[in-house]
Amino acid sequence: MAFPQPRPQAPQLPQHLLRTIDCQQGAVRAVRFNCDGNYLLSCGSDKSLKLWSMSRGTLLKTYSGHGYEVLDADSSYDNSQICSCSSDKTVILWDVATGQVTRKLRGHAGKVNCVQFSEEATVILSGSIDGTVRCWDTRSRRYEPIQVLDEARDSISSLKVAQHELLTGSVDGRVRLYDLRMGQLHVDFISSPITCVCFSQDGQCTLSSSLDSTVRLLDKSTGEMLGEYTGHKMKGYKLDCCLSSKDTHVLSCSEDGHVYCWDLVEGSLSLKLPVGKAVVQSLSFHPSETCLLTAMEGRVQVWASEPEEADEEAEKVF
Amino acid sequence: MMKFQNLSVLVSVLLFFSADKPLKKPIPLHEQTVKDEKGRYKRFHGAFTGGFSAGYFNTVGSKEGWAPSAFVSSRQQKAGKQNARPEDFMDEEDFSEHGIAPREITTSSEFSSSRRDQAAEKAKAINAQAALIPGDTLLEELIAPARLSIGVELLRKMGWKEGQGVGPRVKRKTRRQQMDGGSRVYGCALPSAGAEDSEDDDDEEFAPENVTFAPKDVTPVDFSPRMGVQGLGYRGLDPGLALLGHGAPEHIDLFKPQSEARSRLFGDERSGTRRGGVAGQAFGVGALEDDDDEDVYHRDSMSRYDSVLGGEEPGDRLYGWTAPQQYSRNKGKPAKDVSYLGKILEGFTLAQKPAKEKTIFPPPSLPRDYRPVQGFRPVVEVSRLSGVSPALAKALRTSRGHMVKEEPQQGGRHQLHSGQRRTLLGEDALQGPSSVMELLRPEDRQRLLNLRNASNQTSNQTSNQTSNQTSTPESRVSEALAAWRGVQISTQTFRPFEKNPSKQERYELYLNRLKQGDKDALDRSLDPAMTEWERSRERDEFVRASILYRPSSSSLSTRFTRAQHQEDDDTVEVSRDQEGDIDDKQAAVTMKMFGKLTRETFEWHPDKLLCKRFNVPDPFPGSGTVGLPKVKRDKFSVFNFLTVAESREPTALLKPPESMKKSRWDVSEQKKEEDCLSEMLSAARSQTETKVEKPASLPASSSSSQQTEVRSRGTNSEVIDPPEGYRPLLFKMSFLTWLVYILTSFGLFYNNINIY
Repeated sequence: MAFPQPRPQAPQLPQHLLRTIDCQQGAVRAVRFNCDGNYLLSCGSDKSLKLWSMSRGTLLKTYSGHGYEVLDADSSYDNSQICSCSSDKTVILWDVATGQVTRKLRGHAGKVNCVQFSEEATVILSGSIDGTVRCWDTRSRRYEPIQVLDEARDSISSLKVAQHELLTGSVDGRVRLYDLRMGQLHVDFISSPITCVCFSQDGQCTLSSSLDSTVRLLDKSTGEMLGEYTGHKMKGYKLDCCLSSKDTHVLSCSEDGHVYCWDLVEGSLSLKLPVGKAVVQSLSFHPSETCLLTAMEGRVQVWASEPEEADEEAEKVF
Repeated sequence: MMKFQNLSVLVSVLLFFSADKPLKKPIPLHEQTVKDEKGRYKRFHGAFTGGFSAGYFNTVGSKEGWAPSAFVSSRQQKAGKQNARPEDFMDEEDFSEHGIAPREITTSSEFSSSRRDQAAEKAKAINAQAALIPGDTLLEELIAPARLSIGVELLRKMGWKEGQGVGPRVKRKTRRQQMDGGSRVYGCALPSAGAEDSEDDDDEEFAPENVTFAPKDVTPVDFSPRMGVQGLGYRGLDPGLALLGHGAPEHIDLFKPQSEARSRLFGDERSGTRRGGVAGQAFGVGALEDDDDEDVYHRDSMSRYDSVLGGEEPGDRLYGWTAPQQYSRNKGKPAKDVSYLGKILEGFTLAQKPAKEKTIFPPPSLPRDYRPVQGFRPVVEVSRLSGVSPALAKALRTSRGHMVKEEPQQGGRHQLHSGQRRTLLGEDALQGPSSVMELLRPEDRQRLLNLRNASNQTSNQTSNQTSNQTSTPESRVSEALAAWRGVQISTQTFRPFEKNPSKQERYELYLNRLKQGDKDALDRSLDPAMTEWERSRERDEFVRASILYRPSSSSLSTRFTRAQHQEDDDTVEVSRDQEGDIDDKQAAVTMKMFGKLTRETFEWHPDKLLCKRFNVPDPFPGSGTVGLPKVKRDKFSVFNFLTVAESREPTALLKPPESMKKSRWDVSEQKKEEDCLSEMLSAARSQTETKVEKPASLPASSSSSQQTEVRSRGTNSEVIDPPEGYRPLLFKMSFLTWLVYILTSFGLFYNNINIY
């Protein structure tokens, strides 16, 4: 006698608000998980970058040294370093423990929109409004970038790195995929200014949101469109989009104060998460669990699939 | 003037110094004496034994000796107890400016304000420490006599009470009227009386007619003088703040509007009290100090300071980038005070009324029949009217001047055409044809004339005609002939083949023959030693070049002059692979046909170091290029125009490269000629199969045995000139490579023909 097959678990969505963190650093421009999802980084418009504990919501460290508001940040794989970029045209590499500036990288001609570590944190890649992506070496003492990718004709709005591939989205309406191993550059024409690009977790697809209020899922190797997700509002702000940790859902910020969550395969709207009244500035999905961060005005909100109790138990275990 | 005076003074001084008087000798050591103000010598005992001598031989006395004061006490006059004050033992030197007890005129404590006497307090504190019971003065401090300054007492006597303002009592109604009465405030706007007004609103109806009120108290204006030379709002760096260590704020803002002066004014004392002195910094922690956790070796870090001047972003946060339309329209509209929050300088407030906007009047609209030409009155030449009386002449000058005979050129200079103006100015006529028609070729002129005569000819036909004319090579040859025939030989003609002297020589020979009107100029000037293919290629180049750089018709050439400086590098770097047509892609996007239509793939060279950092092998080892491959093109090359269509091809042909793929652009560094040859062979075969339909079943294996060095020309014909040493090599080739070469050139030739 065979046991009945366990019913396939319904996909869990981050619909319960766990906590709200008032960051006290002006408007939060971006919120990011670190690579294992235990900490979170918030980029403030008061020139500071703050490191928080995800589970408790407590402030761990403030990193100040930027000249204007911080626009994006990323943490290295070993959590020992943070890179951040700002409107002051600089990229800063921070030492996490001391909070000191390890390196201040100047070279961009305009404000720097996005920054990413390479997988082994050997290179910092930064995309700027001047239309260039600069690859900065963290291993040597060189202050010039290793290479400047100036193929874009307009501001670089978003940039992601996965293994040997670099994905950039630009306001000129093109998604560029630089393949270092093959020595190729694939340019996908989307036509509308790109606000955010993402790799899927399996590395087979790219996700790009653009100002025509559409999120598109493209096949990485051919550039064919696999899915199109609409319904949200993205007309003028540079808002984030992302995929869930198991590639089941597509999430995007919206200017109407909601986070939209679509089923990846069906393309149907599965959750419309009310965050607040203002624009949802940024969001970040937990790398392994069902946990979502959203940033609106000066607050960061943590959403999870389970209500608070489960989280407290988890905390006791730690 | 002043400067000159100063200069003369300086000169005279210099003269004075440089004149016969030698420079003053330094005073020898034994003559360096110190005198006091009465001219008495002072001896120096050495710094540790008392300094200068004092008094009379270091005594308090004088030469006459020390006279003790007399003590007299009688029954009638009892001597009081004499208290010796410290001043009794001081001489005038001690009371002087630099003495130990300098005397100055100060306000007596009765009249002084509540400012504390710091010196006295310090003395009191020292006394308290030295006393038997430490903190003895505590009681004294607790029970202090109520003491008011004389100013407060005077005010009280005049009827003032605490919390009120100073001034005559006012009626509330009248004051309100005054406020509304529109008395203009010029200059800085007064701070708004919002709070007061709201209070007034509450009890306005209860205020009786005949009751007056004391004026409101006002916060005193801080009149502390500005020290230093910094700008308004700048505080300067406080070293104490920077070296505070843990107690210091995380971020030090030198432009904080909430300055110390204000906090002093409102009396909020610094909460974090810290002992002064040199404790901590670099002096270590003493054994008796209790707080060990203090950061002794604190270092100030630059990250606590602003690295950019100005705090916030400049205004629109755009940094000189072009804003989208809607954004630039909207900005500046929202409430102004919000953007100024926390930024207002101390002592300033935001103006309540905005500055009056300038009204700009539009320029007057012109009447419809206005002509922008000034109509001069006809000039009356008085000199000609010799017989007329001066009065009449004057009248004529002001009047319409009907007396003057109408000149044929009447109507001002605007009625003259250029030729007439030229003769008026006495200029020579310009050389060259005067009409546009003369610039045209004779057949074109004829055609235009035909057009004019036969108006029923449609323009469609003519365009067909012209396109036909330019397309055939024969017509082009004749066109070149027509363009160059009879042109004066000038050394200033453009040299398109300057890189290749022999080619340029041949080209010039060709031009010379053209000028003489030679019909077979082309064939005779080409090198007979060249191959047929090369000759045909060069023939085409020459014809095109001669048409492109035809001598600008002489009338134009008189109007232009050659540049003085010629740009040295006449090559431009062009990205090899151009992006395709956007319209096609746009159409594909609207049809949601993503994929092949919207994707383009380019060859991209990552930096060697970048590959190393990403831990991937360099896809193009040995390649020097970085980024998209660039091609150096002759700026003025004819083939920039010829090969436009061809440059698109390689992207389509690009196959996914192998892991150790060679770059096409580093072919010269290739070491395996066999590969190159077989590649070439296959390319040639494919072309011959598709286009020439000639069965080319070459044994590919045999070609690999060839060791001759042949440069791969690829399938695209972007390379303009055959590289140096190309022809001599040709003859070294064995039969097989020769065949290969023929095949490829066949393909090339066909390519070219297709394009034309």
